[in-house]
Amino acid sequence: MIPFALRRLLLAAPVFAGVSLAVFLMIHLIPGDPARLYAGLEASQEDVEGVRRALGLHEPLPVQYGRFLGRFVTGDLGRSLKTGRPVAEEIAARYSSTVLLASLAIASAVVLGSATGVVAAVWRRSAVDQAALLASLLGLSLPSFFLGLVLMLVFSVQLGRLPLAGNATWRHAVLPAVTLALPAAAVISRMVRGSLVEVLEQDYIRTARSKGLTEWVVVNSHAVRNALIPVVTVVGLQLGYLLGGAVVTETVFSWPGIGRLIVQSIAARDFPVVQAAVLLLAVTFVTINLVTDMLYAVLDPRIRPG
Amino acid sequence: MSRGWRELRRGRLALPGAAVVCAFAVAALLAPWLAPADPTRSDLANVLARPGAAHLLGTDELGRDMLSRIIHGARLSMLEGLFAVGLALALGLPLGLAAGYAGGTVDAVLMRVVDVLLAFPGVLLAVAVVSILGPGLWNAMVAVAIYSVPVFARLARGSTLAVKQEVYIEGCRALGMSNLRIVGRHVLPNIAAPLLVMAALRVAVAILTASSLSFLGLGAQPPTPEWGAMLSNGRNYVLIAPHLVIFPGLAILLLVLGLNLLQEGLREALDPRITDR
Repeated sequence: MIPFALRRLLLAAPVFAGVSLAVFLMIHLIPGDPARLYAGLEASQEDVEGVRRALGLHEPLPVQYGRFLGRFVTGDLGRSLKTGRPVAEEIAARYSSTVLLASLAIASAVVLGSATGVVAAVWRRSAVDQAALLASLLGLSLPSFFLGLVLMLVFSVQLGRLPLAGNATWRHAVLPAVTLALPAAAVISRMVRGSLVEVLEQDYIRTARSKGLTEWVVVNSHAVRNALIPVVTVVGLQLGYLLGGAVVTETVFSWPGIGRLIVQSIAARDFPVVQAAVLLLAVTFVTINLVTDMLYAVLDPRIRPG
Repeated sequence: MSRGWRELRRGRLALPGAAVVCAFAVAALLAPWLAPADPTRSDLANVLARPGAAHLLGTDELGRDMLSRIIHGARLSMLEGLFAVGLALALGLPLGLAAGYAGGTVDAVLMRVVDVLLAFPGVLLAVAVVSILGPGLWNAMVAVAIYSVPVFARLARGSTLAVKQEVYIEGCRALGMSNLRIVGRHVLPNIAAPLLVMAALRVAVAILTASSLSFLGLGAQPPTPEWGAMLSNGRNYVLIAPHLVIFPGLAILLLVLGLNLLQEGLREALDPRITDR
């Protein structure tokens, strides 16, 4: 197990390096002089030169990249161009409210997706299976911004049961979490169904049935446990997509998360905030995938040597 | 032909999906003739009209006919889907082909680049690209294309690796054919089928992603009748005129659902294992 973990970690190292390099280069890929981007469009030439000196933008790119990495690791992400406050401060609270939302969403998606997936697999080719297929295709086709607005219209405006927007109470989290959860549940449901259908055809399931065990016991204690192992990978990926997809959902519900911060900062041309937020989300995603792979190895001993 | 038709019938979802997609394609092609009014002409005496006889889907805050805007929007969505996927294929295919055929260091380096692209979850990669290029319809389409490049690069690489093992490729080498000729004449035609299927599948994702960018204000800008942009604009009036939000949303939903039904139906029709189970 330990050698596997080390090997996997070693494989992730170039990805971390590449991600940080890509985000570092963002500011240099934007057409125009980076120093002017930081100083602002109406700054004088002296101000621009001052900013260039202060931020070390006159130095060779490799030196700048080294500095950028060093600062990121120590948590110094520069200052917001808009508010002048340290970016780390701007981001911290936003990041945790996005993580909260994504965790709520992934938990609901796993419950809903597994339940419908298991039901569809056990009664496969029945009307229930067809309905589950249609529901998941619908979930995959719904633009999240539309789903969010419709939920808002129904539950906040028409029924008046849930708050419109913001994050003051737990009730504010319900609609954005559902909006994020439904497409993820659709993917998980299809995955669980496919995996369980395959497991139910295995010899040991036939053995369990021929021992006279009830179908309930066969499915619950023999099949589902094994069928859920490959699903772990999908759940990890979906959690990452939820973090990225939060960009849209947070905008719909004015949820003060990191995704909405990114969109607002692009509009305000506040590049240090965009850079730091994008890098933080990417690093989170790569870390989630790393943890998922290791979890998979713990659950399924067959893949460890490979 | 008749066999192909039977297979299509077997996947029951393909036909309704194809019907929906065809309807939108016709709307996109014939928009200027089908639309009852000019999609950009405002009528300030008649703003935020409810759906009715004069305007089937109502009017927006400037009195523009919603039905005409939705019909013209079909053009933009089709353009977004086809252009983004075409560009993604044009970028990803050579990447994957080179990695798979050359192997070794080239493969390792190119695939690490793809891994880095994949490290930005979901729409985040597209959002990051737009933050570099600046908002706008074309930039958003380029961003959506870059978001899809890893999918095509990985598939092209995998298919190339499989084809490279074949005896006929070895035969070409033995005949002294140049690598460029082998790739162009023998590898490319043999990996084309899975790539084209994937391209068809990605159109739905591309349309969803591009309209999300427009919704965020990063893609098509008003007054362009792009569905995501229309929906974003309609949010300001959602309490007094929900039809400004409902109809563009339904349009995206229907088109993407149609594409997904078609895809699922084709999968059922072409993969007998699925229906046998």
